[in-house]
Amino acid sequence: MDSCNCIEPQWPADELLMKYQYISDFFIALAYFSIPLELIYFVKKSAVFPYRWVLVQFGAFIVLCGATHLINLWTFNAHTRTVAIVMTTAKVLTAAVSCATALMLVHIIPDLLSVKTRELFLKNKAAQLDREMGIIRTQEETGRHVRMLTHEIRSTLNRHTILKTTLVELGRTLGLEECALWMPTRSGLELQLSYTLRHQNPVGFTVPIQSPAINQVFSTNRAVKISPTSPVARLRPASELSTKRYALMVLMLPSDSARQWHVHELELVEVVADQVAVALSHAAILEESMRARDLLMEQNVALDLARREAETAVRARNDFLAVMNHEMRTPMHAIIALSSLLQETDLTPEQRLMVETILKSSNLLATLINDVLDLSRLEDGSLELDTTTFNLHALFKEVLNLIRPVASVKRLFVTLSLSSDLPEYAVGDEKRLMQIILNIIGNAVKFSKEGSISISAIMAKPDSLRDPRAPDFFPLLSDNNFFLRVQVKDTGMGISQQDMPKLFTKFAESQSPATRNPGGSGLGLAICKRFVNLMEGNIWIESEGLGKGSTAIFFVKLGFPGRLNGSRLPHMRVPAKLGQTKFPGLKVVVVDDNGVSRTATKGLLVHLGCDVTTVSSVEKLPKRHEKPPPLIVGLTGNTDKAMKESLLRAGMDGVVLKPVSVEKMRLALSELLEHNNT
Amino acid sequence: MASVTQLQRQFIEYTTSLYNEGYLDDQFTQLQKLQDESNPDFVVEVVSLFFEDSEKLLNNLATALQQKVVDYKQVDSHVHQFKGSSSSIGAQRVTNMCVHFRNFCEEKNLEGCLQCLQQAKHEYILVRNKLEALFRLEQQILQAGGSIPMME
Repeated sequence: MDSCNCIEPQWPADELLMKYQYISDFFIALAYFSIPLELIYFVKKSAVFPYRWVLVQFGAFIVLCGATHLINLWTFNAHTRTVAIVMTTAKVLTAAVSCATALMLVHIIPDLLSVKTRELFLKNKAAQLDREMGIIRTQEETGRHVRMLTHEIRSTLNRHTILKTTLVELGRTLGLEECALWMPTRSGLELQLSYTLRHQNPVGFTVPIQSPAINQVFSTNRAVKISPTSPVARLRPASELSTKRYALMVLMLPSDSARQWHVHELELVEVVADQVAVALSHAAILEESMRARDLLMEQNVALDLARREAETAVRARNDFLAVMNHEMRTPMHAIIALSSLLQETDLTPEQRLMVETILKSSNLLATLINDVLDLSRLEDGSLELDTTTFNLHALFKEVLNLIRPVASVKRLFVTLSLSSDLPEYAVGDEKRLMQIILNIIGNAVKFSKEGSISISAIMAKPDSLRDPRAPDFFPLLSDNNFFLRVQVKDTGMGISQQDMPKLFTKFAESQSPATRNPGGSGLGLAICKRFVNLMEGNIWIESEGLGKGSTAIFFVKLGFPGRLNGSRLPHMRVPAKLGQTKFPGLKVVVVDDNGVSRTATKGLLVHLGCDVTTVSSVEKLPKRHEKPPPLIVGLTGNTDKAMKESLLRAGMDGVVLKPVSVEKMRLALSELLEHNNT
Repeated sequence: MASVTQLQRQFIEYTTSLYNEGYLDDQFTQLQKLQDESNPDFVVEVVSLFFEDSEKLLNNLATALQQKVVDYKQVDSHVHQFKGSSSSIGAQRVTNMCVHFRNFCEEKNLEGCLQCLQQAKHEYILVRNKLEALFRLEQQILQAGGSIPMME
């Protein structure tokens, strides 16, 4: 053995010890080399490893340690200087790296430890989130159920469907064993089991409303848990109540599960209960409106029927009136005409009296018929005024003439005063105005036993038109119209206050027998009032009482005729029903030996529009051969019936009795022409 | 000069009295109705014709009744004529007189006829005066610018 630089104990190299050291060093080196390899392998395998630099350091440390131990193998025996140097280098490097690693580990290890705690934390968090997810999912599930349930409920307006659907869906969603609905009975004192889920026919279970459990439930808006022993849960044990203060819904969890009512389930049930309540109220409203509509339709049908019946009735009445009008008037006219003709003949005084009575009665009857027919047309509103231009002054004179005989028989003085500013001609319904005046004056005469009747007619001033008793009568004057004010004052039996209001009511007569009109129908004044109203006027009667006479006053609106300037004749009339009013171009030859009479007749015919020539005797007639032979009309003052007949037999086509009026001539001519034209 | 309204009132009163006293009847009104723009003086014309005619007839009647032998037929025909004319213009009293006259003629009662003739003449003169007065009033009204009131 040479002396070496290493200091070693000089004992005999134990072969065994040396062998073991040798082997251990070898294995250490092996381990030291393989550990980094393993580390590298696994780190490479894992995706995330933030401490690569540490690993490198650690790897270096281990490799160097291994190297050191490996090199140590050569230093057991004598070794060269190179080996010594390598050994030293290795040791130095190892020392450096290990110190660095040690220093580094001081920083690293806390980090590593904290990673561990963080990992634990995250795991906990993940578990919690999982739980929560589970809850949310269930909630969403139930929410969906509620929406679907609500949709089902609200999609129908039928009460039964709503309730049945509710029970079914709730049962399904919440997994209920039983679900029941208790509704108040008619008396309101009990709740009756109305609907259940699983029981087919809920029969007869009732529960008094006043029980404490039910009060508890009714006192709050929320769902309330009740004990299974409460009477409402009599169906099965275990339940839950939900209500709006109208009915009670009882829900039962399955009795075999250990489930409890969760808050969210209760909330769901409340929501559903709300929706059901709304749906039920809508259903109720709809039922109401449907019922109302049905009722309305029935009423409409009934009204329609009634209207049609009324129309039929009115039509029937009008037809009847039209027919009766004609049918009644024809015989009436025949009676009147023949009676008046009869009057003209030779009669004994007795016969004359009889004929006069017949005439009077038939005239009365004719008036009555006309009145009734008029009144019904007036009430219809189907009456229209015949507006023509007529002679106002002449109208009054005619009325006077008509009334004079009766008045003189009763020794009544009749005076007429027409104001000077009253126009001579006016535009209006002459016939009906005459009817009004005649009616009023007739009444005055009828009800006066003695004294006088004064009639005055003026053109009314606007302020005098206002009747204090008719405050809504506002006469409108225009340039074309004026108001005729007629006042008829009599000294007759007057009108009592109690009879006043009924004066113009049809068919109403005064109560006291003294004043009752023996011959009247009660229609006259009513008709007058209607006519006056049609003429936009007003009529009323004043009286100071029984026996103090009365004054009848009326206004009617008439029109001014067109400017006539001195002409005294009215305009061309609307042709009367009796044929022509003028006979233009009609050639007439007047034969009369009396010059005055000839001239008068000529004037009359000229007035009627004829083409007139006059001749004093028949011999003077120019000979004419006319294709249709001329018609011959005889004018005679002889009222002997025989004369008329002999004239007609002699070949005359017509006979007119003198005195000849314009009307008579016109009538005769038109009848003649009509007769000959047919 | 009286005002138009006064004249009109006078006219009305006068005419009313004529009717009331029977001098005129409805026939006169009819004649008045025949007067129009194309025939403005119709009434006056007819009445004048009546006056002429009547004078002639009355003379004829007087002559006829003064004959030795009275020809009643002729008298009757004259009276008939007179009656016709007077009734045509509505001279009521004259017409009525003629009726009586004719009765006497039929009876061939000379006394009666003469009496009637006197009365008829008397009535005729009366009605003539009345009508002339009426026409004068009408003229006055027209001259004063008024219009003739329409009468019964």
